[in-house]
Order: sequence, then structure tokens, then C-alpha cells
Amino acid sequence: MKARVLVVDDDPALAEMLTIVLRGEGFDTAVVADGARALPALRELKPDLVLLDLMLPGMNGIDVCKAIRSESGVPIVMLTAKSDTVDVVLGLESGADDYVVKPFKPKELVARIRARLRRTEAEPAEVLQIGDLTIDVPGHEVLREGKPIQLTPLEFDLLVALARKPRQVFTREVLLEQVWGYRHAADTRLVNVHVQRLRSKVERDPEHPEVVLTVRGVGYKAGPP
Amino acid sequence: MTSRLLEPVVRQARRAAEHARRRATAFGELWRRSLQLRVVVSTLALSSAVVFVLGMVLQVQITGQLLETKTEAAIRQAEASASAIQPDLSGLNPGPDSVRARFTSALNKINTSGSGSDATTSGAGAFEPVLYDPVGVGSDGRPIAVGNWQDVPDGLVKMLERGSAGYQITTVDRAGTRTTLLVVGKPVNSSARAMHLYLLFPLTSEQATAEVVQSTLVVGGLVLLLLLAVIANLVTRQVVRPVRQAAEIAERFADGSLDERMPVVGEDDVARLAESYNEMAASIQRQIHQLEEFGQLQRRFTSDVSHELRTPLTTVRMAADVLHASREQFPPGLSRSTELLVDELDRFESLLGDLLEISRLDAGVEELAAELVDVRVLARRAHDSVRGIANSAGTSIVMDLPAEEVTAELDSRRVERILRNLLANAIDHGEGLPVELTLRSSGSAVAVTVRDRGVGLRPGEADLVFNRFWRADPSRNRRTGGTGLGLSISLEDARLHGGWLEAWGERGYGAVFRLTIPCRHGQEVDASPLPLVPPDLPPAEPVVEAEEEPVVEEVELSEEELTWQPAEPVTGEREEAR
Repeated sequence: MKARVLVVDDDPALAEMLTIVLRGEGFDTAVVADGARALPALRELKPDLVLLDLMLPGMNGIDVCKAIRSESGVPIVMLTAKSDTVDVVLGLESGADDYVVKPFKPKELVARIRARLRRTEAEPAEVLQIGDLTIDVPGHEVLREGKPIQLTPLEFDLLVALARKPRQVFTREVLLEQVWGYRHAADTRLVNVHVQRLRSKVERDPEHPEVVLTVRGVGYKAGPP
Repeated sequence: MTSRLLEPVVRQARRAAEHARRRATAFGELWRRSLQLRVVVSTLALSSAVVFVLGMVLQVQITGQLLETKTEAAIRQAEASASAIQPDLSGLNPGPDSVRARFTSALNKINTSGSGSDATTSGAGAFEPVLYDPVGVGSDGRPIAVGNWQDVPDGLVKMLERGSAGYQITTVDRAGTRTTLLVVGKPVNSSARAMHLYLLFPLTSEQATAEVVQSTLVVGGLVLLLLLAVIANLVTRQVVRPVRQAAEIAERFADGSLDERMPVVGEDDVARLAESYNEMAASIQRQIHQLEEFGQLQRRFTSDVSHELRTPLTTVRMAADVLHASREQFPPGLSRSTELLVDELDRFESLLGDLLEISRLDAGVEELAAELVDVRVLARRAHDSVRGIANSAGTSIVMDLPAEEVTAELDSRRVERILRNLLANAIDHGEGLPVELTLRSSGSAVAVTVRDRGVGLRPGEADLVFNRFWRADPSRNRRTGGTGLGLSISLEDARLHGGWLEAWGERGYGAVFRLTIPCRHGQEVDASPLPLVPPDLPPAEPVVEAEEEPVVEEVELSEEELTWQPAEPVTGEREEAR
């Protein structure tokens, strides 16, 4: 089945070009030019991924991002003209999984989209322990004392990557490659922001993490089961 | 022995001298810094001189006047006494003992006639008369005299022997106390010879008066000085305080609190100073705000332009890539065009990225994401990312990294970018000769030098290399397609870390770029662990500058350069028209 990408972009030329490129790469695409229409379109079309331009008329891209995240875990890739720390971090914190800075190369964009869509399909039944959490990998479920915790696919992937090798310390670069699919050194802020988002969901006290531990100067590792 | 005895004394003296010197230095400091102290001290010095002179003049005047009155009265008294005893002595027998008896009775007469009984002699005060025979000698061998003869000064006696009257002030010792006497002498004629009548006036009361005057003057002078000091202090304070206040406010203003203003009270000179100061401050503030606004506008413009350019550029970029992907299907001219399009878009993009980066650095909105990292890892990564251009330039990169970890707290993205820029720059100008990267740490600072052995820099160019869009040699072709902003951005990045980025270069010996960054973020760098100038340089030779006149070199052209590129046949119609 072809993956479906919802493009939310106000620039018609760019939207058309994106459509051409994505269709050439084998994706079905739909375009929404207005941020306010993004949510209805999401409900209607149920895309596999949302490509969201942060500079939108009508509704701020950040707000659109938050609105989508509030009702769906669908992967969101931001298109941003700003690589300022504040803007990127704000976008990531509002729920985007990854971002591409304009101007990007089509290959780069496609790689980012594919990385987000790549689902670990045929996996053996695997149950992992991290801290006091139980992770049902094929069931895509995280449980604490029998109660499920809602995570986006990216957060789930991040948690699973850490839990698979409990004693290993992951550098941000390694996580970027394993979870985001970056082959080359990229922006480690992605990792920082998402670890914080993950912690806010899975930790009892995000100030004193027990599930995702920081190893100062190196990276992160899983808390002892 | 003596030296040992003296030792503690010497030490004590030295310590005292040291103490005194410190005090003097402290005072000197205060003297230089405090206008108030200077005004008060100089007022005191000048007024004490005035008071001293005034006091002296007063004292001299008063004592002179006192003595003059006394002397006049005394002389009158002497004349009166002389005329009183004149009848007694006129028929004097020259026999010694009878002379003495006569003298005694005469003196008794003077004494009984009393002092001050007469209006003419009033004010002369008490006196002791003395009668003296300058020629006769008594039976006991002593001069014939009655009264305190020994108190009469010799000078006066000699004067009287010459026949004239006179007076003299003398001080004698009487029963252990010193008494000042005014002695008036007058010859008194007798039948035989002129006898001497001396009247001794003790100046005790005059002295007492003079002393009272003196002490009054001293006390009054001191009080006056003290009052003057207080007044000077108060007056100076009135002037100095607003000045100090103004200085403080100006300092705060200079430190950046542009809203500081002086309080304006009244309409005096200080108020005028405050007013004009405030006007100046307001005008400066206005101008600074204006400049800030201009700067902000300009920076926002740069940033906006960069942002606004990005969306169309993205579309163009994607379109170009789509074309590029299927260039095999195009005729050669079109195919090459798409290649050029994509390559130049790359350059355009990196230029845009650098512009945006530098506008952000200019705006000061950049934050440092400092974390503890191993600098060797960054160096290796930078090396990896320039490996491609190094290979195509045929340049080898020699990495000299310490065996142990070199950790420092820094923004890895920025430092890696600096190293990448330095390496790319070295490859660009290295003429294919090896480029060396050296990393060292001193514990407080980390230094990286990147050295190439290319053409080097002309004198004075080391400062220019960090200028935006500066090119060492515009005619040189660039392999890395640098934007001309790389080193400027690197310099700003280094500054953001509180570090240095410096350049050295000499014609023929290549160039060295040195990055020094403190190991702990927020600390300052005082010394770099690596030298900027390479130690293995041959001794400097006097370089003959042959570049004074620009010489257009005759270069032999290669075969390719001299070939015509034939025109393509476009359409049949045009072909025919020709």
C-alpha cells in the first residue's frame, strides 16, 4: 500500500513541487493550503504522515502542530525556513517528530519521510523492561502497573531503542541514526527535545528521571528494570 | 656587638618608615582624588598664613604702644624725681660717706613723694630709684650707689657718663625669677659733679598685658582657622557633592543605564549643569535608540530576506533536482545546464545559510549550547566532512591529536563548523601541500591550529582574513566554493565561546589559524596551549618586494583554452537565413 502524505503548505508553487516529488517517490499526496483546514483534512483523509509548513496564514504552524498532536500520534515533519534554536525547539516541543530546513534537497526530504514511515513490521514478539515500565513492542504499547501510557510512534521508537540495550549508553548521534535515520551528524536538539517530551510522559517525576537517564557528557541510557 | 644591639632599632625604624610611606601613599591618593580635601587644606594653609601675619602685626603694634606709653611716663617721672632731689644734691660734699647718706635721704624723698601722685607722672607705675656717683668710690672700695645698682645696665651708665639722659630695657635675675625692667637714667647736677639718677620700672604688668594679648591672638587665630576649615568644607561640599553625583550618574549612564538623569533643583549653576547634562543624555539616548533601531531593522531585513528567499528557493531547488535526476534524457546542452543549475543552487544555498547565520550572530540572538565533549571527536568529524574536497585537491590532512581525551565545555556544532571552515580554507590555499591540524589542551584552554604550506599571507593580511567577503587573491579559483563568510562566522563563533581565533601567515611559508577556547564555558582565555607562529620557520630573510608594480604575467594558454566551441545548429530556418 502506498503511504499517504498530507502536505500543509500555503505556497502553491512549493506545494505543487512537493506533490510532484512525493508522487515521483511513490507517495499519495493531498495538499491543504490553510492551517485551519489541516485538522478537518486530517480527520477526513487519515494520512500516514503530515508535512507541515511552519509559516502558515490563518493558523500558526505551531498551533496546527499542537492541534494535530492533541488528537493523533501521526508522524509530523515540519518544514521550516528558520533554523533558529528557539523556532526549531518550539516546533519540536509542540509535537513535531522531525524537521527539514528550507531549502532542502528532495532526497533529504524523502529520506526524512521514509524514516518516519518505516515501521518495524515483522518483529518477533518482544516484551522489554525499562525502569518500572513494560513495553510490548509488536503491540506498540507501554504499560506502567498494567495501565497504558500514550506515546507517539517516535517516542515509542526512542524508548524501545534505549530499552533494547539496557546497559548501553547511547550518544545523541547514535540515537539520531537509530531513531531518526540520520546517516550524517545532524541536529542533536532533536534528541534533547524528544527525550524531554518522553520523560514528561513516562517519568513519575521528570525532574528526577528513572526511566531515561542522562549520562553527563555522553548521552542517555535506560534506567535499570 | 653594636650592630647586634642596633638591629631591633633599625628594624623598628624600617617598619616605621614603611608605615609612614604607606600612609603617605594613601594620603597622596586621597589628595589626588578629593577636590574637597584639596580645597579645605589649601584654604587652611593660606588663611593660617594670613592669621599668623595679622597676629604678629597686632602683637608688635600693641606691645610697641604699651612700651611707648610706659617710657614716656617713666621719663616724665624721672624728670620730676630729678627736679625733686636737685636741691638736696646741689650742696653735696664729695666725701664718700656723706654722699651715701645724702643719696639715701634723696631717695627717701623720691619714694615718699610717691608714684603717680602727680598728673604728669601718672601711668609710670611703681619704680625703684637708684642714685649713683660715677666717680667716687666708697670706703669699702665699692662704687657709691644707693638702691639696686647692680640692675642698671652698663650701656646706660656709659651713656649718662657722657652727660645725656637715656633709657634702656633690660632683663635681670631677681631671686630666681627673670624680671624685665625699664631703666631710665638722668644725670643730676650737684656742686661737685653730675650724679646719676636711675629709675627702675618693672614691666611686669605690661608683660602680663602682652601675654594676655598674645594668648588671645593665638586662641582667636586657632578658632578662626577651625571655623574657616569648617566653612570651607561646607562650601566645597555644596559644590563638590553635585559634581560627585554627576560623576556617579555619568558612570552609570556609561555603563548602559541610559535612563539615568541628574535631579534638577533650583536655578543655580549646578541646576544648569544638571539640565545640560540631562539634555546631553537624552540626546545620546535618542541617538543610541535610533542606531539600535536602524541596526535591528537592518538585521531583521537581512534575516527576513533570507527567510523569504527560502521558500521559492526550495521550489527551484526541487525543480532543479527533478530535472537533474532525468538529465540523461536531455540533449547535452540542457543536461549540462541542469548540472550547472544544481551546482550553483548549492552555492546559493550555502551563501544564504551563511548570511542568515551571520545576521543572527550580529543580532546577538545566538545562544551557546555548551556541553562537555571530546574535542578530538569534533576534529575527526570536521576531517571527515572535508575529506571529499581534500581528495579532489590532492591535499593530505595530517591530524596531530593527543592520545588521551581532550574534554571541553563547548557548542559542538559551532566548534565543528569552525574546524571545518579552517580545514576547507587551508585546503583551498594550501596548493596541494599537506595541511596539519594540531590539537592541544592546557587544562584551562583547548587550542587547535590548522596550518597550510601554501602561498601564505602578505603583511597586514592576517587581520583582513576575517573580514566578510574578503579574498586573499581574487584571481584564485576556489575548490570549496566558499562563500567568503566562513571565517567571519568562525570568528564570531569563537567569540561566542569566549575564545580567540587568530591568523598568521607569511609569503612562502603558508598560514596558520589558531582557535583557542576555554575548557569551562564562561571562563576567560589568558594563554593558548599552542604557538600561533610555527616554531620550525627558517630565519626571516629580507624579502625583496617585487610586487610594487602590478605585472601582467604572460601565461601560455593550453590547447583547450584556445579551441573555439562551435555554434550549435538551432533550427533549420535560421540556418538557411544565414
